[in-house]
Amino acid sequence: MTYDIAVIGAGPAGLAAAARAAGAGCRVVVLDAGPRPGGQYWRHRAGSAPADRRFRALAGALDRVDYRAEASVWFAEPGFTLHTGAGEVSAERLVLATGAHDRVVPFPGWDLPGVTTAGGAQALLKGHGVLTGRRIAVAGTGPFLLPVAAGLAAAGARIAGVFEAGNPLRVLRRPVPAAKLAEVAGYAARFARHRIRYRTGHVVVAAHGDVEVSAVTVAGRDGHTRRVRCDALAVGYGFVPALELPTLLGCAVCLDTDGNLVTAVDHTQQTSVPGVFAAGEVTGVGGADLALAEGAIAGAAAAASLGGRTPDDAVPAGPAGRRARLRRFAATLHAAHPVPAGWPDRLTADTVVCRCEEVPLRAVRAAVTELGATDARTVKSLTRAGMGWCQGRICGYPVACLAARLNGRPVAESDLDTFARRPIGSAITLGQLAEGDRTTP
Amino acid sequence: MITFAGREIPFEPGQSIAAALIAAGVRSWHRTRRAGAPRGLFCGIGACFDCLVTVNGAPAQRACLLPARDGDVVAPVSELASESSGRP
Repeated sequence: MTYDIAVIGAGPAGLAAAARAAGAGCRVVVLDAGPRPGGQYWRHRAGSAPADRRFRALAGALDRVDYRAEASVWFAEPGFTLHTGAGEVSAERLVLATGAHDRVVPFPGWDLPGVTTAGGAQALLKGHGVLTGRRIAVAGTGPFLLPVAAGLAAAGARIAGVFEAGNPLRVLRRPVPAAKLAEVAGYAARFARHRIRYRTGHVVVAAHGDVEVSAVTVAGRDGHTRRVRCDALAVGYGFVPALELPTLLGCAVCLDTDGNLVTAVDHTQQTSVPGVFAAGEVTGVGGADLALAEGAIAGAAAAASLGGRTPDDAVPAGPAGRRARLRRFAATLHAAHPVPAGWPDRLTADTVVCRCEEVPLRAVRAAVTELGATDARTVKSLTRAGMGWCQGRICGYPVACLAARLNGRPVAESDLDTFARRPIGSAITLGQLAEGDRTTP
Repeated sequence: MITFAGREIPFEPGQSIAAALIAAGVRSWHRTRRAGAPRGLFCGIGACFDCLVTVNGAPAQRACLLPARDGDVVAPVSELASESSGRP
């Protein structure tokens, strides 16, 4: 059977798209890699669904669609046929809502156990009820550090400090949605209750320890450094959109203001490939509220396009207004929370930049200065950075930046593109590849 | 219970192997193949593959994603996988 619409991803964007499309009378399938709906934002333990009313409402709509958990899509063919770990699925329209993962740039010691991404520390807690350490430093940039630190503290961790590289006050130079100000006030109260220190303009420049992290070095704006004792570090500099499926399908990508490659979409959330819509972080990092608005628009527009209508007529006014406001706000946040420009200067020649293939900075530098690499693609070929298990998901952004910087130019779309394209969208075994879809769920 | 390096490790229903290991104080369970550097959980959501383990003989399983099941035998991924009893 061919579905009208296949939604890939069951986070805020995917759930909103599925609910809209099902409400319009479409036959909808939702394919999600996770064991339960909610994505990273509404990640929860079995039997403890989030209290968020928005989640409850959208998860209720899953009764009207074919929802498949643990159905990670590893290949997509035009037309559209999706290959998943749980069989083959065909659909007339696609809504890609594949989300993002944490963006981290290297620093000495970032590969020590106990150092995790900010999202990783939060996922371990929200999904499994476990803390990464007893005394946790939280670092990086962006508003995401607030819920991470507050959540870890509420679960009993001592927070050794929140080290925000950016200047959040810059956000106030532009209009801030009232709901966002209320959220921040809520976090301020929670930080006060748990006596969490929040320092802006501070960067974790190194992690120390023999087998596991036991301290980090933090540098302030003036360059003054100090050592902070901790047994875990949760670090994140924003997020990297998951572009596997958009690029497999040939969707155009573009550079966003946070330095990420993202899926290009029009005002109906349609990509450059007719019939393929995209919503949420995969079209630009902007948070759950923006993802919900984009998902609703994508679901409505995809449904309308099936009835022979132009999707333009179907863009719902409420979500479209929210999308416009929240995209502006996302751009404001990106400007206040850049990846700190000086991060490459803090690496030593031995600092591993590609964790999987254990490629040190020295090798990346030699690829450019001795072997003449002028772009990230050549650096990848010469060093194996980005060719390991993670396929550049973690090192893609930093290696693209390093390749450009060592060549004395700003990072180009093509540098990032090198690491965004993967012939297989998610990890499968060679046996699965050989069997195609004859594997049964 | 699951076992790791001969040690019995408890878990709560639904917890991943990584969560069970970390809750038991095991935070590094993998050595890189060149430098032999210790690794454990990093991204926590299946993107980075730093947390790989061998489970019941099946190599290269992401400990952060794979739910722990009673009787699972978990080993560092560098140890040779046996031919039998791997998970599908």
